[in-house]
Amino acid sequence: MTHPDFLWRNPDPKPAYDVVIVGGGGHGLATAYYLAKNHGLTNVAVLERGWLAGGNMARNTTIIRSNYLWDESAAIYEHSLKLWEGLSDELDYDLQFSQRGVLNLAHNLGDVREGRRRVNANRLNGVDAEWLDADEVKKFCPIINVSDRARYPVMGATLQRRGGIAKHDHVAWALARQADAYGVDLIQGCEVTGFEITGGRVTAVETSRGRIAAGKVALAAAGHTSVLAERAGIRLPLQSHPLQALVSELLEPVLDCVVMSNAVHVYVSQAHKGELVMGAGIDAYNSYGQRGGVHVIEAQMAAALELFPIFSRARVLRTWAGIVDVSPDASPIIGPTPVDGLYINAGWGTGGFKATPGSGWVYAHTLAHERPHPLAEPFALDRFTTGALIDEHGAAAVAH
Amino acid sequence: MRFTFDGRPMTGEPGDTLAAALLRNGVRVVGRSVDLGRPRGIFAAGPEEPNALVRVGADPILAATTVELHDGLEARSLRGKGRVDLDAVDERRCDKGYLHCDVLVVGGGPAGLAATLAAGRSGARVILVDDQPRLGGDLLNSRLLLDGAPALDWVAGLDLPARVLTRTTAAGYYDHNYVLAVERRARGERLWHIRARRVVLATGAHERSVAFPGNDRPGVMLAASARAYANRYGVRAGRRAVVFACADSGYEAAEDLTAAGVDVLAVVDPRPSGLPADVEVLAGQVVTGTTADAEGVLTGVRAGARHFDADLLAVAGGWNPAVHLFSQSGGRTRFDEELAAFVPGTSAQAERPAGACRGLYGTREAIADGYAAGAEAAGRTVPGLRVPECGERPLRRPAALWLVERTPGSEPAFADLHRDVTVADLARATGTGMRSVEHVKRYTTAGTGADQGKTSGAVVVGVMSALLGAAPGQVGTTTFRPPYTPVSFATLAGRDRGALSDPVRTTALHDAHVARGAVFEDVGQWKRPWYFPRDGEDMEAAVRRECHAARTAVAAMDASTLGKIDIRGADAGEFLDRVYTNMYSTLAVGACRYGVMCGADGMVFDDGTTTRLADDHYLTTTTTGNAAAVFDWLEEWRQTEWPDLDVSFTSVTDHWATVAVAGPRARQVIAAVAPEAVELAFMRYASVPVLGVPGRVFRISFSGELAYEVNVPWRYGRALWEAVLELGAVPYGTETMHVLRAEKGFAIVGQETDGTVTPQDLGMGWIVSARKPDFVGKRSHARPDTARQDRKRLVGLLADDPAALVEEGAQLTAAGVAPMLGHVTSSYHSAALGRTFSLAMARNVSPGDRLTAVSGNVAHPVTVVEPVFYDPDNTRRDGDPLVESPAPYAGECRSESPAAAFAARFEAASTPRAHLREVPFEPMWEVRGTDPGAGLRLGPDWWLVTGDVPPRPGWVDVSGQRTVLELAGPAAHDVLITGCPIDLDPSVFPGHAQTLLAKTSVILERVSPETYRIYVRSSFARYLAEWLIDALEAL
Repeated sequence: MTHPDFLWRNPDPKPAYDVVIVGGGGHGLATAYYLAKNHGLTNVAVLERGWLAGGNMARNTTIIRSNYLWDESAAIYEHSLKLWEGLSDELDYDLQFSQRGVLNLAHNLGDVREGRRRVNANRLNGVDAEWLDADEVKKFCPIINVSDRARYPVMGATLQRRGGIAKHDHVAWALARQADAYGVDLIQGCEVTGFEITGGRVTAVETSRGRIAAGKVALAAAGHTSVLAERAGIRLPLQSHPLQALVSELLEPVLDCVVMSNAVHVYVSQAHKGELVMGAGIDAYNSYGQRGGVHVIEAQMAAALELFPIFSRARVLRTWAGIVDVSPDASPIIGPTPVDGLYINAGWGTGGFKATPGSGWVYAHTLAHERPHPLAEPFALDRFTTGALIDEHGAAAVAH
Repeated sequence: MRFTFDGRPMTGEPGDTLAAALLRNGVRVVGRSVDLGRPRGIFAAGPEEPNALVRVGADPILAATTVELHDGLEARSLRGKGRVDLDAVDERRCDKGYLHCDVLVVGGGPAGLAATLAAGRSGARVILVDDQPRLGGDLLNSRLLLDGAPALDWVAGLDLPARVLTRTTAAGYYDHNYVLAVERRARGERLWHIRARRVVLATGAHERSVAFPGNDRPGVMLAASARAYANRYGVRAGRRAVVFACADSGYEAAEDLTAAGVDVLAVVDPRPSGLPADVEVLAGQVVTGTTADAEGVLTGVRAGARHFDADLLAVAGGWNPAVHLFSQSGGRTRFDEELAAFVPGTSAQAERPAGACRGLYGTREAIADGYAAGAEAAGRTVPGLRVPECGERPLRRPAALWLVERTPGSEPAFADLHRDVTVADLARATGTGMRSVEHVKRYTTAGTGADQGKTSGAVVVGVMSALLGAAPGQVGTTTFRPPYTPVSFATLAGRDRGALSDPVRTTALHDAHVARGAVFEDVGQWKRPWYFPRDGEDMEAAVRRECHAARTAVAAMDASTLGKIDIRGADAGEFLDRVYTNMYSTLAVGACRYGVMCGADGMVFDDGTTTRLADDHYLTTTTTGNAAAVFDWLEEWRQTEWPDLDVSFTSVTDHWATVAVAGPRARQVIAAVAPEAVELAFMRYASVPVLGVPGRVFRISFSGELAYEVNVPWRYGRALWEAVLELGAVPYGTETMHVLRAEKGFAIVGQETDGTVTPQDLGMGWIVSARKPDFVGKRSHARPDTARQDRKRLVGLLADDPAALVEEGAQLTAAGVAPMLGHVTSSYHSAALGRTFSLAMARNVSPGDRLTAVSGNVAHPVTVVEPVFYDPDNTRRDGDPLVESPAPYAGECRSESPAAAFAARFEAASTPRAHLREVPFEPMWEVRGTDPGAGLRLGPDWWLVTGDVPPRPGWVDVSGQRTVLELAGPAAHDVLITGCPIDLDPSVFPGHAQTLLAKTSVILERVSPETYRIYVRSSFARYLAEWLIDALEAL
């Protein structure tokens, strides 16, 4: 893999920008890129407290898919997937985007019913989807244990062949590089500590590197969005949780697709470099600290070995945690806030990476036109007042 | 000891690591590098090894320096990546353990031993963990004399007042001083979870290399490692050596190598002056390159104009305190200019580094620091601890040398050997604009390999600081993440494998179902009979037969899994009014009512029937899957929102075994098993003898037929089931239950609902009280979107083709294309209707509308109908009249305890050290409110009373809710600590506790010093029995 020789400048902040994006993760960088590319807005700064893309962008398990149940979700994630399909060329960077197929396993009759329902909805929405029975799962991914003696046997799976993985760092750097080339200032080590709000309108951000005036301010801070919003006097329906992931040591190729099991919280793929990349379920408690409990990892390994007994001697090399912001309906919040000029893009929970280009696209549009992009419209903050939720928690297990 | 490497037979010595044995056999090239394919040899002697990665047996990738040699070991070389053996069976049996202590000491070197001694002698409970087979740390690798004798004599003479775990690597340091350690045991690894009041980190230091050209050749080795091979294993890593001494430890290595018979040609010391030595010292000089033979193996070392013919280059690049655990704990490191290394800075937890871990490299100063750390951790200093004498020289300041510039045409200079990252790669990264070490790590992959940067981290920082002109302290380190060394998946899973991977919950009737050949369905953790095939029937045939019996005769189902919550208190009715959408405070005593519970969002959360047993006493049933969630939900509202209400909840799910008897002839069966309930009216309940034992009969129907739910205490459940079947009832499973209820248009939570459905959407507006001032979800029902008229509603569907079964999950469309109007939630063949039918949630449709149901490549034309398919006028509710009063059931009402089937296996697994049995039945009650003056206190105002005592009013009979297992013997404690996370030490364990054992909650009671009673929910008894048997076998 050859990287470009130059990625970004390290500029000092200017006194004022048309748009200040708070958060230099994947979504913030994608927003900056599309603001410049699609809307000609380049007097833009991305303010990052730490290092670019060092939050959830650096910590996720890089799974990309668009097979969501509801029309609104399928539309925005499919838009994103279509962008992924051209993104390496567009950004002139090898993103190691690999459409190797994503399996979502079903372990009980309720899972089967919900899986079929989602496949049918996906197909009618133009999203590729297939239902596989257990034998077909075994054919597609021979190392999965489909024995009916497993504690929770595999009863089938949904398959999205266009789904897959990409190299998260490359995505961030590619977006950063292009945004930088358009003249966007990427400012690292710059923490936003407050907002200057005059007459109900945001006029500047206060930062660890001084005041920066802003025509518009766009939050893109994932797990810390609620902290920032509180500094602007806004209380958001978000709960932040640690989400852990891990990698194994480098292994020769052994798994050539993505396998997800929501029922037992196992998400696994093998990175190009060779490590097995595995995600867990969220840690139950609320936290802004990027640390998780080891019991979550232990439970994840127990579940993973039921699916992949051959990994019993593989070893965990490194574990880590990110902070995910989860909304009441597990769908994102995109659009204006009660403060004029202050916009929010948050609540992506455990699934933000796959949305990176799509989110940036619609958020940039929303910022540029000062009204929600049609794909973002259903994800407005006021849905928690109207009740028009887009509940992607999905059905709980059958409760009879 | 015989072993093979790449098929070649070799021999090693007891105590060898595989790496030592390979060197002993003259193996120079152990593998090839991951990207460049360069030959690589053994570089280190411990877990920091970046090069010598091998496959051992079925282990895909291990550092040869960490593998203890055993006879018959088979090792194979790798190219930097492991290989999973698809056919290997892992026969290890890993498990876990939970320990608690006042002081945990990590590391059994001089500082750790001293800390253990100081803390233990002061009376603290101390645990010492060390990753080597023997204690001593660096003393194992040294020729040092302490008080004039070999240092290991001093170690052997220590009487350590502590629990000592060798071969145990502390791998993770989590919040609240929770340390995870992996013990390598013959049977499999044990994952220790250690909760420590204070931690002493005596983790030592790792030697580092320098990025000079050609520094990756086989033959280039860390100096301290070469010394360890010579002193500890008696193995010469080469015959002719050059030592590159950026730190004085290089001189010690030179002396020890010489003593071992290695011909040391020179010491190259970058500092202006060297130390006196028996060999030539090239002060103020650096190693500038290496030469190699055709295979790439080291043949010579260049230092400026000088060239030495050498097959070993021992590099003493300086020391990095092993701050991994310190950093994992949340502590912040700082760069120490004097030591040229990152050292522990500010601590975040109750922890203290000691010895080399904080840069105190001398043995005497480490021991002194260990004493101080141990005393500090224990909070008390004991007299009489003496630091032994030794002849170590004071250490000079090391050279802060990170890289040696390449000259054109020279070999690459590596910063990270495993990931093949060179100085040029790092320069490229900083050239892109990257300033953060985290970015550079990711760009180059440095530090992401097998050793997680143990040998490369400081070099990368040093090179970056040189490239960027910033101090190393400004560059900083990447975050140290757990585990310290890799941990196998199986180790983390422990005993939670296969059938034990998640508890299996079973009912009192389970063995009877198995005996009848039931096919089971997983519902949550429960195993429920799905259907009961006879004589080779497929599911469709079995279900048709079972449905037919229920609609025309009598059939029976195991309904024990439904959640049952006993609700008591003066405000019980008021409480239920607030959590259900309908009224319960007005329910007559003896009456049952169906209810729906919503979340705060107004969506259906659960449903079930609630019966008023007395003025202040209700019994609520929940769905199987939601039982625990509903219980938590009730407690949450009571405790956080309405603490003023007088109400308490007791789970009696496992206390009662429940048999649903349904069908027009159900009365015949009831007349025989519970004659006093035969006149029961619809939606009424009676507390009556059932088979002569106290039972409860509810006349509730989920099928539209005459039906009863008959409850008896767990131990009589199987007898009741057998009696009911003997009386002619046909056993049916969940599939038939689903068909019967769907024919009546009854929704199932989680099937018709998915978290987006209100009671009104289900056509149950009638159950949502308009009169009550408030209930959970009421406000949300008024939200604009929730109050919309065009929401999806529950409807029925009939396919044009009466034989065609529309798939559940099919999407409904007007003409086979989007938009989707809804989806099919339930779909069955119906024996009663003589055709298929479906339920669906759909918007903007009315009976008579024509739709297309799309599933996969199939599209079915369907017609919308009302969702009640069978007996819409409820004419079948009262069934057939009694033909003639049948004789009461004459069979025996046999009692069977929850673990009865395990008696023989318990006996077989028991030993004199640990004996396991089920305690014979004892009555039990849960008591709320006033202290009964007896029994076990479970929580605030909450007790469990057991035994032969007269119950008082308000006590909830839970005799069947739990079964009691007894574990006795000197090793009982050792068994329990493999699954119980709390501290069972007599000094802190209050005698009993509600806690976890394995993956189930238990009440654990110590009835005598070596005898424990384990009260486990009856439905978990089978799971826990299997777990305990496995744990006994592991002793």
